[in-house]
Amino acid sequence: MSAVIGRRADNDRGRHLLGIGGMDRSDLEEILDLTDTFAEVGRRPIPKVPALRGRTVATVFFEGSTRTRMSFEVAARRLSADTVAFNARTSSLSKGESIRDTVEVIAAYGADLLVVRHAMAGTAHRVAGWTDLSVVNAGDGCHEHPTQALLDCYTLRERRGSLDGMRIAIIGDVRHSRVARSNVLAFTALGAEVVLVAPATLLPPAIEGWPVTVVHELDPILGDLDAVYLLRIQGERITEGLIPSLREYASDFCLTAGRVARMRSDALVLHPGPTNRGVEISAEAATDRRSVILDQVVNGVSVRMAVLFLLLGSGRQLGAVDAGDSVEGDR
Amino acid sequence: MSLVLRGGRIIDSGGERILDVEIDEDGLIAAVGTGLNGDVNLDASGCVVSPGFVDLHAHLREPGLEEAETIQTGARGGSLGGYTALVAMPNTDPTTDCVAVVEQVRSLGRRSTCEIIPTAAMTLRRDGVDMAPMGELVDAGVGIFTDDGTGLQDPRLMRRIMEYSTGLGRRLGRPVVLAQHCEVAALSAGGYMHEGEWSSRLGIPGQPAEAEELMVMRDIALVRMTGAHLHFQHLSTASSVAMVRGAKAAGLPVTAEATTHHFILTDAACASYDPVFKVHPPLRTDVDVLAIREGLADGTIDAIATDHAPHAPHTKEMPFDQAPAGMLGLETAFSLALGDSGLDLPEVLALLSWRPAAIAGVADRHGVPVVPGAPANLCVVDPDETWTVSGAAMASLSSNTPYEGRTLRGRVRHTIRAGEPVVVDGEARR
Repeated sequence: MSAVIGRRADNDRGRHLLGIGGMDRSDLEEILDLTDTFAEVGRRPIPKVPALRGRTVATVFFEGSTRTRMSFEVAARRLSADTVAFNARTSSLSKGESIRDTVEVIAAYGADLLVVRHAMAGTAHRVAGWTDLSVVNAGDGCHEHPTQALLDCYTLRERRGSLDGMRIAIIGDVRHSRVARSNVLAFTALGAEVVLVAPATLLPPAIEGWPVTVVHELDPILGDLDAVYLLRIQGERITEGLIPSLREYASDFCLTAGRVARMRSDALVLHPGPTNRGVEISAEAATDRRSVILDQVVNGVSVRMAVLFLLLGSGRQLGAVDAGDSVEGDR
Repeated sequence: MSLVLRGGRIIDSGGERILDVEIDEDGLIAAVGTGLNGDVNLDASGCVVSPGFVDLHAHLREPGLEEAETIQTGARGGSLGGYTALVAMPNTDPTTDCVAVVEQVRSLGRRSTCEIIPTAAMTLRRDGVDMAPMGELVDAGVGIFTDDGTGLQDPRLMRRIMEYSTGLGRRLGRPVVLAQHCEVAALSAGGYMHEGEWSSRLGIPGQPAEAEELMVMRDIALVRMTGAHLHFQHLSTASSVAMVRGAKAAGLPVTAEATTHHFILTDAACASYDPVFKVHPPLRTDVDVLAIREGLADGTIDAIATDHAPHAPHTKEMPFDQAPAGMLGLETAFSLALGDSGLDLPEVLALLSWRPAAIAGVADRHGVPVVPGAPANLCVVDPDETWTVSGAAMASLSSNTPYEGRTLRGRVRHTIRAGEPVVVDGEARR
């Protein structure tokens, strides 16, 4: 991981996890290996260790989230860290306070690490440049959601031992998905082959350089996949004119009982949650034995424990912070 | 009191020669020759004496946004950049869409160190719906109309404004210029940078090049229909340049400008997520940068403009999407044009001075050849001096330069505005 420390001078002061972009295979594997340790903690009768006692983790969410915030809070508490929560909806941000001022105030309360989510790409990068504290990107607009990708990789590795040679389809609204961007980087860095499956309007406008193949139909490839990763479809994509209707989307791309039955018996079904039943996944598929959706939730806590421990407990920087290293791979 | 610029190499639209320039107390060039001696002598040896620069595109923010810039500070920055005339954009608050605001801008301009040339909006409040009182504004001396900041979306209204403008030329004494910010809003809406490889990677919603190109295409068609003089502001894409080249070859009355940043920076700069690189039209690709340079070299693009757009620091301390678009330009344009356009010095001076002066309708007093009797709007530039860009050190009230820390070659040494030395040895005098 040392190779990626301090690639940008303005972020030397902190230790951050801003994206999968800039991390290589060994960076990712170090986190996943450490996650095993914390997964074991989670299985204990009293799932708590004193590793981060006296440290404070602030969750700074400028955009709504239940799962990711809870997962970080549970992870912090299992490490004996204190947690404070900033919620944009109930804060002085609604009185016109700037994000920079907000961040400085939270830092002044004595937080050691900020878990930042914002609806706009690059916000965690900006925050990292404004503070001496560690910053973990918990989702920035359509850019990255690195801990989601780490927990997804951990879940796949847990079931398969390795992602090497796996063929994984990421299905749905790739264009607006930070989860997809982080997972394209993480899956391919760990040796998997990625196929993006979506109508052309739900793909990013220019992905020629991405290390992926693209198809617009799911059915022809369904039997050849080791895993399907379903993305959430938002209703506003229809008013934006990107797809004609949820019904048409579901007819082409929803993982129905019929479709999941055509998948290989050892294939895996993942979804970052929350699911839209009947749109991208049916109730039957979500509870099929191939589904590891609940494993993802459990593993999310373990992965976040590993990330918090690495940043606050061991003095390392996870990944480079220059988003320009994203996606492109070795091109 | 007379002023002499000594020993400089004069470059103007008439050519080059090394001669002294004497300026009299009426602000006119009294003599051009050798061995001249004035009450004040400014050293120009090793330097180039040029007609002062004319910026076709400056946001001076006054009235209304004085926190970011005033006409006085904008003009001071202009003087430091070698400019003697600035065309002020009308997206002020209130909008410059009536004679009263035009007169306010002009009056503030008279106390500044540049000639401030007010433009007016084509539509009231720049709303794209109701035509501004163009006749009254022409009678008040306005020669350029623009809704800059947005393109005029409605093709029917654009047609009417073009037609109407052709009837006002006699009152103005020259053709009225309509300056268009080409951007089809329906296609660019929700985008904050150029749509392409980088926006896809960064997760920042993009604006496709076609949003600009469709309006360039439309306006060329409407110029063919109406005969109005259309000036294309800040061209940023390769296809836009090609279309304007074609329109000129067909003899249509169109002109065009390009900004320094559009022939230097690309969308890759946005990878830092620093909104100092957020600008409209957005920074494009390498291919577009090269096409702009070709357009400058072959005359398709008539002028280098700055689109000087000051923004108070706190407004740029935002996520990329939320921050306002725009960057400073007046104090860096000459050095960047000399160092990064691929053009030689006389071409750079033409694009900064006499060609924009003609479009702005001020060719009687700016960009004029350096000969006895001409108004003394001049700058003296040292093509070899190097300096390091610092936003904080600029005259602007804002500091949003995308070139912070860059070392540039070529610097303005003296600027003479109507005979007054407003910049001497790189320092503003007032």
